[in-house]
Amino acid sequence: MSENTISRKVAISGIAETAYYKRGAADRSEFQLTLEAIIAAADDAGIDVRDIDGFCSYSNDRNDPPRIASALGSKDLSLSNMFWGGGGGGGSGAVANACAALVAGYCKYVVVYRGLAQGQFGRFGQGSQAKFVSGGPAFTQPYGLMSPAQTFAMRVRRFMHDHHIGHEPLRAISMASYYHAQFNPRAVMHGRPLSEEDYDNSRWIVEPFRLFDCCMENDGAAAVIVTTAERARDLKQKPAYVLAASQGSDYRQAAGAHNAPDYGTSNFKTVAARLYGQAGITPRDVDICQSYENFTGGVMMSLVEHGFCAPDEVEDFMTLENFKVGSGKLPLNTSGGNLAECYMHGLELITEAVRQLRGTSTAQVSDARISMVCSGPMVQPVSSLILCKE
Amino acid sequence: MTATTYLPAGLPVPAAAGDGLDTEYWEATKRHELVVQRCKACQGFQWGPEWICYQCHSFDLGWHRVSGRGVIYSWERIWHPVHPALREACPYMVVLVELPDAGNVRMVGNLLGDPMDDVVIGSPVEAVFEDQPDDGVTLVQWRRA
Repeated sequence: MSENTISRKVAISGIAETAYYKRGAADRSEFQLTLEAIIAAADDAGIDVRDIDGFCSYSNDRNDPPRIASALGSKDLSLSNMFWGGGGGGGSGAVANACAALVAGYCKYVVVYRGLAQGQFGRFGQGSQAKFVSGGPAFTQPYGLMSPAQTFAMRVRRFMHDHHIGHEPLRAISMASYYHAQFNPRAVMHGRPLSEEDYDNSRWIVEPFRLFDCCMENDGAAAVIVTTAERARDLKQKPAYVLAASQGSDYRQAAGAHNAPDYGTSNFKTVAARLYGQAGITPRDVDICQSYENFTGGVMMSLVEHGFCAPDEVEDFMTLENFKVGSGKLPLNTSGGNLAECYMHGLELITEAVRQLRGTSTAQVSDARISMVCSGPMVQPVSSLILCKE
Repeated sequence: MTATTYLPAGLPVPAAAGDGLDTEYWEATKRHELVVQRCKACQGFQWGPEWICYQCHSFDLGWHRVSGRGVIYSWERIWHPVHPALREACPYMVVLVELPDAGNVRMVGNLLGDPMDDVVIGSPVEAVFEDQPDDGVTLVQWRRA
């Protein structure tokens, strides 16, 4: 392995989240939720929260590091970092940025955080109600193509057409999240199991997505503490080492008005190649995967582009049995993820990836050693992360 | 010109960008002409509009009138309204149309007609200019050819 990587030099030492709420149900501000998650993550790691000197987030999180550091009385603010790009594509990328800063020696303890109370600031699932629109959205919104579901259904439709794929893989992905959420008391959909009939009878949002193909809208916050491997060994928790972290976007994926040359894609082709190259492993070595579900079709393409099966193997490989902890070849979204635990913009996928390595998941994979996260399919940029045990 | 529009009034109305990037496109649609960007240096097509040719990096981009004949590249039938103006308009059909005579650039629009009709990727469509009665703008829509 090359010296010029962050591989095994950095670890996640603390994880936390607030209670997760349905949109609009949180009884305190988004900023307070964010502070609560950061304080709890520091406590989980066994560090003084005032010693956190680096802050990384993504998706234009409203809760900026100068305000947080001032509110907490942080001793030093050495890194104030935002991963550009919308959606959840920056979840693993924010960890990647933290890794780079730690290896460079810019800071000692980084918190990667996301605070998001859609009930207080507007819903991602609603279209703009502005009178006028200009620029890129002027070529889509007047046609009623306004929401993330509508933006991404078009890509998924093309992928399904190109590879002759039916709806069953989408149903399996949705049911896997709901199945695992039934073990997880933190999950918003805990106690709300989903049957095949429930899925098949649910209403269309935008074809090919039914209601249960779409993520929730929630209130809450989550945070993870990242530090050097050396420091991590002295902290309270068993470190989850970062084996690889990569971010990026394929050729012209952000071309306007749906003109990305490679269209039916989750945008992970180059990112996944870099990820495995850095990790020095193959998809077969991955014990467990948390793959960001904005919409199930994005998960389908993410798993293909991370090498778990070929496009023409999707219908055989992507079954509920294969995704379940215990029986599955690739246990998937074992906390319930964005569909059924909480839409904490995919940071809940990273806390779950760490729990699997600690052995504290509510749907624990036995002897999990290599734990993957894929953040934000179909947006630009996207990012991925591989964590491992000692 | 159609007497009614495919979607109800009340959705965001397109306005030319403040920096002038797409002014010619919106002016052309009012004349019932469909134009896309074409590089004057390398003759490459591109869409959506941008200030530079991604192929040769020339900033000297012009506008090229195209036939309005296209092919359906992808589609979606929308059932859940995400805007108050769409509450009574679902389901409706949005298509992504490839333009073979303009370097296969793609455009988003509505597919006119019954939204419950089957849509076949690869089937031909042609542009229809839909004047928006109250707004002074014209949208480019598509119908089966």
